[in-house]
Amino acid sequence: MIEVVNISKSFKEQQVLKNISLTLEEGCINLVIGRSGSGKTVLLKSLVGLHDIDKGSILFDNRDFAKMNNHERKEIRKEIGMVFQGSALFDSMSIFENVLFPLKMFSGKEPDEIIDRANFCLNRVEITGKNDLYPSEISGGMQKRVAIARAIALNPKYLFCDEPNSGLDPRTAIVIDKLICEITKEYNITTLINTHDMNSVFEIGEKIIFINNGEKWWEGHKDDIWNSENAELEDFIFASEFSKKIKEKLT
Amino acid sequence: MDFFQHLGNYATLMKATFARPEKGKVYWMLIIEEIEKIGLSSIGIVSIVAAFFGAVISIQTANNMDNPLLPQMLVGYGTRDSIILEFSSTIMCLILSGKVGSNIASEIGSMKVTQQIDALETMGVNSAGYIIFPKIIATIFIFPFLSLCYMFVGIFGGYFGVVITGAINSSEFISGLHYGFKSYYIFYTLTKTVVFAFIISSVSSYYGYNAELGSKGVGDASTKAVVNSSLIILIFNLLLTKLML
Repeated sequence: MIEVVNISKSFKEQQVLKNISLTLEEGCINLVIGRSGSGKTVLLKSLVGLHDIDKGSILFDNRDFAKMNNHERKEIRKEIGMVFQGSALFDSMSIFENVLFPLKMFSGKEPDEIIDRANFCLNRVEITGKNDLYPSEISGGMQKRVAIARAIALNPKYLFCDEPNSGLDPRTAIVIDKLICEITKEYNITTLINTHDMNSVFEIGEKIIFINNGEKWWEGHKDDIWNSENAELEDFIFASEFSKKIKEKLT
Repeated sequence: MDFFQHLGNYATLMKATFARPEKGKVYWMLIIEEIEKIGLSSIGIVSIVAAFFGAVISIQTANNMDNPLLPQMLVGYGTRDSIILEFSSTIMCLILSGKVGSNIASEIGSMKVTQQIDALETMGVNSAGYIIFPKIIATIFIFPFLSLCYMFVGIFGGYFGVVITGAINSSEFISGLHYGFKSYYIFYTLTKTVVFAFIISSVSSYYGYNAELGSKGVGDASTKAVVNSSLIILIFNLLLTKLML
């Protein structure tokens, strides 16, 4: 379980995260939603240590990540898989080498086992026969799937995804969402997804955390959204006329 | 103030770069790749520059020695010393700071912009060590060979410059090459080359690693890498010359 207690983060004068506390449920898909610039990505990057927080605690199974030294952080990071917004695949490596990379660095397994595992991960995300292609030679949706394969290569306990379906067409976005959902359940991973895609919220979301202006405004189950009286949340979720009509029909 | 901030950040980056690597074998393969990418791909430009500079130096030297009391072999002597002492280290490294330095800075800057460095960090890989260390080791290893290549081609270019054009005869030029030769000069110039190689790779890596987001940031990083590494080379050239000669 991941527990975030009162974390704050500023960049020069600007405070981006303001005393945020939340708990990520184990084996579930936890969604952080909010407008662009609300602090979602900074929160996620703080959780994996790409940003050092100004105050507060980040507890991975009661181990305080914020107080760890580099060596201890490295050990925790081996339990984390991360899918970046732009996939962040290594462009000098082929697809197969990208998935092979964390295994080569950290698995400590024999070369045959490593190759089998990389092939398994690529098959799991339904990428076959494209091992020798480079990231620039495949579509955005495929890049996301390769990024997921790389993220799960070391059997992570935690999976963090920063807007995994941004820039994808609706159908591919659903495929990526479902893939993350299946992997989360299959391997009992604690998953955190940053998104502002309402399809993701209602399709795969379990626990939802709404962030606005660097503060946590709402936290609950996705079914609670329909009955929420939080004006900001409602304004965000049901922003379009279309979604307002759907809400009217369903409630 | 800005200077000291850069110096501190540079020192911190170098400390991370030379931290114990996660997996030596992977780093070894990366060093080999970098030697090929940085070193072997530079042989062509180094040879062309050396040949033309060598020819120009010898022609200019011959042109300035119209006094009949001066022996012609001084053309070979002057060409040799100019190429060995200064051109094969300082001038070659100034040219390579443009080619290699901008390449390193833009490559690392692009990795930063596309979050590949963040991806390495979240995996638990020391990104500075993984990306920068092989580049520094590769340049330190291969630049002295490029310098030796420069010396050889440069002197050969000088020979062609004056002997083929008939400015002086072959034996005079060759006797000038042998005259008063000190092997310490080779040691001196190779030492300078190693120091300059470190400056080019580390300073360019520093600017690439700290590139601001966006393509403009990568371009700026590349420009700063070339300008600043060239300036530092000039300063260290003076210091090393004062210390070693």
